[in-house]
Amino acid sequence: MLKLTVNGKTHEFSGDPTTPVLWFLRDELNLTATKFGCGMAQCGACTVHIDGVAQRSCVLPVSAAANSKITTIEGLSSEGSHPVQQAWVEHKVPQCGFCQCGQIMQAASLLSQNPAPSDKEIIDAMSGNICRCGTYPRIHKAIKAASKKIAGVQYFTPAKQGGLS
Amino acid sequence: MSNYFDMNRRRFLKHSATGAALVVGTYFMGGAPRILASVIEQSSPSAKRANLFVALRPDGVVEITCHRSEMGQHVRTAVAQIVADEMEAAWDKVVVIQAKGDPKYGDQNTDGSRSIRFNMQRLREMGASVRYMLEQAAAKRWGEDPASVTASLHQVKHSSGKTLNYSDLIEDALAITPPEAKNLSLKTRDQWRYINTGMAHVDLQDIVAGKALFAADLREPSAKVAIIARPPVLGGTVKSLDDSAARKVKGVLDIVQIPSPKGAVSFQPKGGVAVIADNTWAAMQGKKALKIEWNDGENAQYNSEEFKQALLKTVGSPQESVRIKGDAEAILAKASDKLVADYYMPHLAQTPMEPPCATAMYYKDRVDVWAATQNPQADMETVGAMVGMPKEQINVYVTLLGGAFGRKSKPDFSAEAAFLSMKTGKAIRVQWTREDDIQHGFYHAVSAQHIEATLSEKGDVDAYLHRTAFTPIASIFQENAKAPMSFELDLGFTDNPIHTPNLKLERGEAKAMARIGWMRSVSNNFHAFAVQSFIHEAAHKAKQDPKDYLLKVIGPDRIIDVTEQNAEYQNYWGDKSVYPLDTGRLRNVIQKVADMSSWGRKLPKGRGLGIAAHRSFLTYVATVVEVDVSDSGELDIIKSWVSIDAGTVVNTDTVINQTEGGSIYGITNAISGGITFDKGRVVQSNFHNYRVARMTDSPLDIEVAIIPSDEPPAGVGEPATPVYAPALCNAIFAACGKRIRQLPIGDQLKA
Repeated sequence: MLKLTVNGKTHEFSGDPTTPVLWFLRDELNLTATKFGCGMAQCGACTVHIDGVAQRSCVLPVSAAANSKITTIEGLSSEGSHPVQQAWVEHKVPQCGFCQCGQIMQAASLLSQNPAPSDKEIIDAMSGNICRCGTYPRIHKAIKAASKKIAGVQYFTPAKQGGLS
Repeated sequence: MSNYFDMNRRRFLKHSATGAALVVGTYFMGGAPRILASVIEQSSPSAKRANLFVALRPDGVVEITCHRSEMGQHVRTAVAQIVADEMEAAWDKVVVIQAKGDPKYGDQNTDGSRSIRFNMQRLREMGASVRYMLEQAAAKRWGEDPASVTASLHQVKHSSGKTLNYSDLIEDALAITPPEAKNLSLKTRDQWRYINTGMAHVDLQDIVAGKALFAADLREPSAKVAIIARPPVLGGTVKSLDDSAARKVKGVLDIVQIPSPKGAVSFQPKGGVAVIADNTWAAMQGKKALKIEWNDGENAQYNSEEFKQALLKTVGSPQESVRIKGDAEAILAKASDKLVADYYMPHLAQTPMEPPCATAMYYKDRVDVWAATQNPQADMETVGAMVGMPKEQINVYVTLLGGAFGRKSKPDFSAEAAFLSMKTGKAIRVQWTREDDIQHGFYHAVSAQHIEATLSEKGDVDAYLHRTAFTPIASIFQENAKAPMSFELDLGFTDNPIHTPNLKLERGEAKAMARIGWMRSVSNNFHAFAVQSFIHEAAHKAKQDPKDYLLKVIGPDRIIDVTEQNAEYQNYWGDKSVYPLDTGRLRNVIQKVADMSSWGRKLPKGRGLGIAAHRSFLTYVATVVEVDVSDSGELDIIKSWVSIDAGTVVNTDTVINQTEGGSIYGITNAISGGITFDKGRVVQSNFHNYRVARMTDSPLDIEVAIIPSDEPPAGVGEPATPVYAPALCNAIFAACGKRIRQLPIGDQLKA
């Protein structure tokens, strides 16, 4: 019998201990915001926080998460009030929205460790999350906006012409 | 603001059925003149009732039905904007209901970038009818002249200042008959309050809070999960099956074989063996434990490298004519100095982030299906055929789609779920894995293009010949069809706008050995890649600026009717008098994007700007890409600029978002290694070897300009994609002198 703490609540699980956290969340707890996109840590749609750090839940067995705090987007904030979620709304980031919970969890983890990331640090942190709708420019802008809110950072905005002024 | 299912609706209406609701719809009569009819009745708990687009409930809430599938193009918002604007609804009192599949709505096939084009007028009429009824009802109640009342934001106001809320007028409005469509007064453009603004998507808050419901999030409590092993080669069948180990996996409930498709494959399931389990992980483990030997059949010979050579050979010799003007053949046969180029693009897979998924429950007299489908009426037919029931008995509820790009208009996954439910007597959720999606898809056609031209001393095109060959979509609808259907050629081939006295377009044949299907922008992708690359090559040969040259070869502002040049052309099913091929609009987007990108500016070594322009889905797009190519051949896309003329647009932010996203979809077209086959099997399996654009591949900034226009609405979801790969490859040439004729770009910059 494994004990798993999800969004502050402890649950018991007696099933296959190799079950990925993703399927425990979705099939056992009905927490469906964490998505299945690839099953091999290639797309980031399943991103959750394990002790506050972004991880791909599709390849993480429940046995390895038993003593950790698992946070899903349902636990990130109530009603989408986290600064990253607010920035997503302000910048109207989503198109279909399927990958966005994973993107938001990845971004929230990035900003909690590095409240004022550079452009390149954002790209490095976010390039494991695929969005087939192609919302990357908006994700990048939203992370900078959230960073501004969280860390009070003022960004230099380069001239519009292809970074060449 | 958002409600996805009729299940919810049923509950809604029950709660609110304390009084009458005003319900208005149209009877959709196909191609016949629209007949607007008001449907006035007591609110009813029946969710089966179709063709109801607007319901004003006793509590004042307006339910607007969206009959098109939502897959990120924000059509749910656009439909609501149109209706709410015309009926003067307050936005915070609008709820969007997702329609189930029903032919009474007319076409629900959400592809071809045509939801707004096909529906804007009738949705406006619907909204205006409601406004008319409410205004008349208020005037009658007050005993005032109808000309002295106006509807505004959920109220009717009289010139004296008195007001009535919409919810107070329902009973009275029930007695008003709206005029026929032609006598309705629609708002003028300057009166629009929602249309042509960038309002936020109705599902935005739900999406960021993790509450949006996609197909796999719909939890029918009793549903079991099915994961399916499908034959790796199209047409393959099970030769032998040993499921003893699979049956021993804890949680596995049943193993069921799915029959192979009969006749033309169309949208039928591929067949195979389904593992049904209590949960997804158990089903996946069960599938792994299956021991299956397959009969591969004749498609086992499919090898992509051999096929590529065969396609290039096809376009190297004369083929069937599609369009002729002058005598290009004779001029090119005699020419001593020709520009000749062959282009190639591999198969691609749509790979929406949400793999296909559907839940089905089979009953004796009906099947209920909940699916991420672009075309619920196709699910009705495909499911009906699979379980042997008339399509009228198949209820298809549409969830949100986690991307689609054409994949989800082929409802094989719904038919699998329905079949398995019929066999097991249980509700079944079929979950496709990413491997399933990549290895058992309906692929974007593999293609080869051959173009040759002679140029005058001034660089004008004297004669031009283009041959195309690709695995046609026709092949899934007709066994052994090797020739493309006319619409596949229409997309960027037949409608070439080049200004030349001598032109010949030819198409070859190709036998598909995999399922072929449409992917965002369809054959525009490879046709625009070839044509726009070739024009850039010609500019280089003529030693002229690529932007100036592009304008020159498009020639003067004019309307082109290709049917006058022995061509068949359906113009995206748009009336050519309303949506002509207008080179003036194409030129205009080119000029605009050149201004936006400061075309012609000096760039450091290794930097380059590339341009391409293309009309697709009746919309005109021009794109400039700026790249940096390092000495070692590393490609960095710095920025992109896009101008888009889509006629009248409903949601400006959606247009920008779709244009950004469509551009990035085009990056994948250029950089992905594509889908390749060996021994009839797809070589790629997941995102580690099927490359798609990531943030690191994208520019951080894509500047989009919407050309303000009063022209009728055209497509938005697809037109930004086909121009991107050629603009990118033209930029690469400008940066480092390397010409990419074969996609993917791959290692070609490193050679």
